Amino acid sequence: MKWLRNLDSLVAVLTLLPSVILLAIFVYGFIGQTIQTSLTNWGKDPAQALAINPVLQFVGLENYKELFSGFIHGRFRQDLVNNIFFTVFFVGGCLLVGLSLAIILDRGPKGEGFFRTVFLFPMSLSFIVTGTIWRWMLQPAGGVNQLPAAVGLPEGRFAWLTSRQQVLQFDWNHLPLFTAWLIGLILLWIGISALRNAQVRRGWIAVGSAALLIGWAIFIGPRVQLLPFPEIHGFNLAFIGIIIAAIWQMSGYTMALYLAGLRGVPEELREAARVDGASEVQLYRRIILPMLAPITLSAMIILGHISLKIFDLIWAMTGVDNAPTEVPALLMYVTTFRSNIIADGAAIATILLLLVALVIVPYLYSQLRSEVRR
Amino acid sequence: MIWRVVQYSILALATLFFLLPVYLVVVTALKEPAAITLESTWQLPRVWYWESFAQAWSAFLPKLQNSFFLTVTATLLSAMLGSINGYVLSKWKFPGANIIFPLMLFGMFIPYQAVLIPLFQFIREIGLGGSLWGLILVHVVYGLPITTLIFRNYYAEIPDELVEASRIDGAGFWGIYRNVIFPLSIPGFVVVIIWQFTQIWNEFLFAVTLVSSPSSQPITVALAQLAGGEAVKWNLPMAGALLAALPTLLVYILLGRYFIRGLLAGSVKG
Repeated sequence: MKWLRNLDSLVAVLTLLPSVILLAIFVYGFIGQTIQTSLTNWGKDPAQALAINPVLQFVGLENYKELFSGFIHGRFRQDLVNNIFFTVFFVGGCLLVGLSLAIILDRGPKGEGFFRTVFLFPMSLSFIVTGTIWRWMLQPAGGVNQLPAAVGLPEGRFAWLTSRQQVLQFDWNHLPLFTAWLIGLILLWIGISALRNAQVRRGWIAVGSAALLIGWAIFIGPRVQLLPFPEIHGFNLAFIGIIIAAIWQMSGYTMALYLAGLRGVPEELREAARVDGASEVQLYRRIILPMLAPITLSAMIILGHISLKIFDLIWAMTGVDNAPTEVPALLMYVTTFRSNIIADGAAIATILLLLVALVIVPYLYSQLRSEVRR
Repeated sequence: MIWRVVQYSILALATLFFLLPVYLVVVTALKEPAAITLESTWQLPRVWYWESFAQAWSAFLPKLQNSFFLTVTATLLSAMLGSINGYVLSKWKFPGANIIFPLMLFGMFIPYQAVLIPLFQFIREIGLGGSLWGLILVHVVYGLPITTLIFRNYYAEIPDELVEASRIDGAGFWGIYRNVIFPLSIPGFVVVIIWQFTQIWNEFLFAVTLVSSPSSQPITVALAQLAGGEAVKWNLPMAGALLAALPTLLVYILLGRYFIRGLLAGSVKG
């Protein structure tokens, strides 16, 4: 073979081998073991607690079924809802703050370097440090709530981290219905814009799947019952403070991503648009923002997977066992290492992994494919 | 003109948002415990009270030492391995390298909860449970994807002709690495070392699950425990948070340019 021109190619492969083996075991081997554990009853049979070598029984997908439909696992479902709301607000907030700051800094105000340093420094801190600081900031009768008093206004009364209020409530049974509507409408939008750009095949595929989903949502969806009982979930207001702290930490990163993208927009292009009579607002809306779309997608994916994994920040702000501000990553820890129900912990971990993989695998695929094409 | 005013007011507001927490930490850390009340949160301390730092320092010194030992060892090991891996993957491409690399890369995105249970057992079985060495091993292994990625992209910029020329001169795999690649690697090492240093210093999930004995706790775990206690006055957690943040903050302020490069490399292509 050509690549085996000499001994050196062999040495090269052998040099890489230890790392490959380590990662094969630590990533794929351990993931396999976690999945395997999630299919057993480890920690659910009292006899196992006393045994040195606990006897595990294979129970198939029972643990997953329980998590999604069992009466006592409502907490897991609320955690999932928490994480979805958290992701939406956190990613949206970071993109908004990051993009605004990047656009302003890109116009070269005085002291640009200073501002850049200030907006990005939280990135170098640990989530534990951030959480500790913001926990103090958000004390019910102090910190942020005292700020209005400094300018003579009545002080704030919001119970940042301890609020029990829930808004945007919905019945868990309607989840497939909402999901179908949401994905259906997004696909419809993709399809229509593809048809407008004369991408006929892609357009009809998207419109077709959208029609299928929306049809399902209209005719079958309303009758779907996941649980034999209604179960109300919603957005816990206690999360607002955690979202603010997370945006404080990560929006600088988003700004850095956008700033790198804005620096890549050639000056001639801006000049050309201005010569053609485009106002500054038009310049950004019509030319620069569309050019930043790939960066927005990257940022959404990176931030999205961080927010699905969020763990330390919440631990530091509201503790490890606080139901209103819990997410699956924390519930996995509590279930496994505090309650010792290891099979359930493994099942939650597997669900978390699937969610992250759903976001990351297509991203890695497209990133590396475009690299090969270059 | 109006645009100017808007622009600078947004910048001022944002600066306030980012720096107010810093002000609060410093002010709280410098107050006497008795003077810390919720109503006077934002006021400057009447008496500058340095005692909290002395207390936090003596309580946290062993943990800071643990963190330093853990972070420096794991950072250097994973940087070294990443450099060699990156060299192989950029200059000695073999069939299947384009499949192996993404599979390696996936390891840096997984939620570590998905490996935590077998990992916990494994570390205990090989006798490293509770010690720092187990944590070092874990950080080196899970650091491999990012260090390999950064070095691979960095070495891709080194012209193949240099490697080829050295080969014609009779240098082998290691000879080329020593004479051509390694001497050009310093900026790559700076980026990787800064990135890994920050990541490992700040890490919490592995530290809290894998290290059982308090004597080998890293600083993040100790801080979370201290701040999580209800009885404690806030001056101590704030002084502790400052101590825990200082090393990575210094690295960021002094070497920010390289820090941002690592940051952007984390989004794979940058």
